[in-house]
Amino acid sequence: MNDLIKNIFRLSLFILIQVFVLNKIPHLHRYIVPYLYFLFILWLPFTAHRMVILLAGFITGLSLDYFTMTPGLHTAACVLIAYVRPFIINLLIPKETTEINFHEPSPRGMGWGPYFVYAFVLTFLHHTYLVMLEWLQFGTFLDFIIKTLSTVGISMLLILIVELLFPRRMKYRTNTA
Amino acid sequence: MRNIFLYIRRHFVFLSFVALQVAALWMLFNYNRFHRAAFLGVANEVTGSINTQVDKVDDYFHLQEENRRVHQMNDSLMNLLRSNFNVPDTGSQVRRDSLRIDSTIQYRRYLYRDAKVVYNSVNFENNYIQLNRGSNQGIRDNMAVVSSGGGIVGVIINTSPNFSQVLSLLHTKSRVPSALKKTGTTGTILWDAKDPRYLTLEGISRDVEVKRGDTVLTSRYSYNYPQNFIIGRIVDVRINKATNFYDLKVQAAVNFASVQQVFVVENLQREEQLQLQKETEQKMEQDKKPSR
Repeated sequence: MNDLIKNIFRLSLFILIQVFVLNKIPHLHRYIVPYLYFLFILWLPFTAHRMVILLAGFITGLSLDYFTMTPGLHTAACVLIAYVRPFIINLLIPKETTEINFHEPSPRGMGWGPYFVYAFVLTFLHHTYLVMLEWLQFGTFLDFIIKTLSTVGISMLLILIVELLFPRRMKYRTNTA
Repeated sequence: MRNIFLYIRRHFVFLSFVALQVAALWMLFNYNRFHRAAFLGVANEVTGSINTQVDKVDDYFHLQEENRRVHQMNDSLMNLLRSNFNVPDTGSQVRRDSLRIDSTIQYRRYLYRDAKVVYNSVNFENNYIQLNRGSNQGIRDNMAVVSSGGGIVGVIINTSPNFSQVLSLLHTKSRVPSALKKTGTTGTILWDAKDPRYLTLEGISRDVEVKRGDTVLTSRYSYNYPQNFIIGRIVDVRINKATNFYDLKVQAAVNFASVQQVFVVENLQREEQLQLQKETEQKMEQDKKPSR
């Protein structure tokens, strides 16, 4: 399938799941807000230009913001992780092997260890920034710390479940076509 | 000059990152001005039509509770029917109220319109509800929203042609003028963003007698909310020693997670009331000057 079409399909799926499933689950606790939609940015292909990733992040955040009536909140956090993503990938992966052989970041291609460090760093950045922007408008400092940690925990759990349930079939790219 | 272009070319990604970040933060911190823009109105139409489709399925999961609420509301209205009252005493007369209700609008203060919730959340600190009626159907900002069971849900803050957004009571910026049913003492209902089942009542002085189970209604002095609609019941009474006011925990009358059918209440005299208030203030300003 064409990369562009595949990613548009993926984006709408992630947004719909975030808006109509995760945001609507019965209230468990004030600190527990399950976020998963930003996994879309984590799954963008290695080959995408940094500028494209940045714009994809902006669109992802904005489309969620329109549903939750908070223009700018998720957008700011998504743009941040979209900007940081290439640096983290450069740090974590030996460029010669993985990036040439695999299409996009996945536990299979990168190994579970590096993939989870990659996911954790970006999740942590996303949630810290997001909760901080909310905290500027309302709440105490202790709320901010606890909410950041708990939402990061929930998101990492969700990412683990998604990766286990839906292993993406990765074509091992060779030059033999 | 050449160096500037070189610099921009070299750091193009970083500069566009900064630009997008500034755009996002601008939207966030200028929300009040921004949400008037047509931009968000169009987005509201798009999210509204998607929400309506999903809501068609979601409705089936709340049918039982909704049915119960509507039946209770019907029951309370049935009890008000004239035919329920039998007057055996021959000395008393039944008199028809001479106030005209429908033939002229001038006596009517509140107008109810039905609407349906298409999107709703309780998990955030700032929750909004989307309704399937908009400015084309006569919905305007500052109209109150009441659930099918008669409890206060929130107030309209934004409308697009076919959809409108409600500032739920579960929003950190929500402030509802309210009063205790027993004594009529007025206070303010707000939300501490902790639990969607409980609200906080502030501004009740310690010398007022308050007990667990007391009912909290909307205040008579509000322009937006119709009076004597239930907000909730007091479940915990605490005294704030610093301010000499009560900290009252109120259990909300509405289950915000399952709001489905609602009424949008328009105060037809709101403009007149605001106008009067404005004119009074102007008058006082003018009077102040010569007397000095």
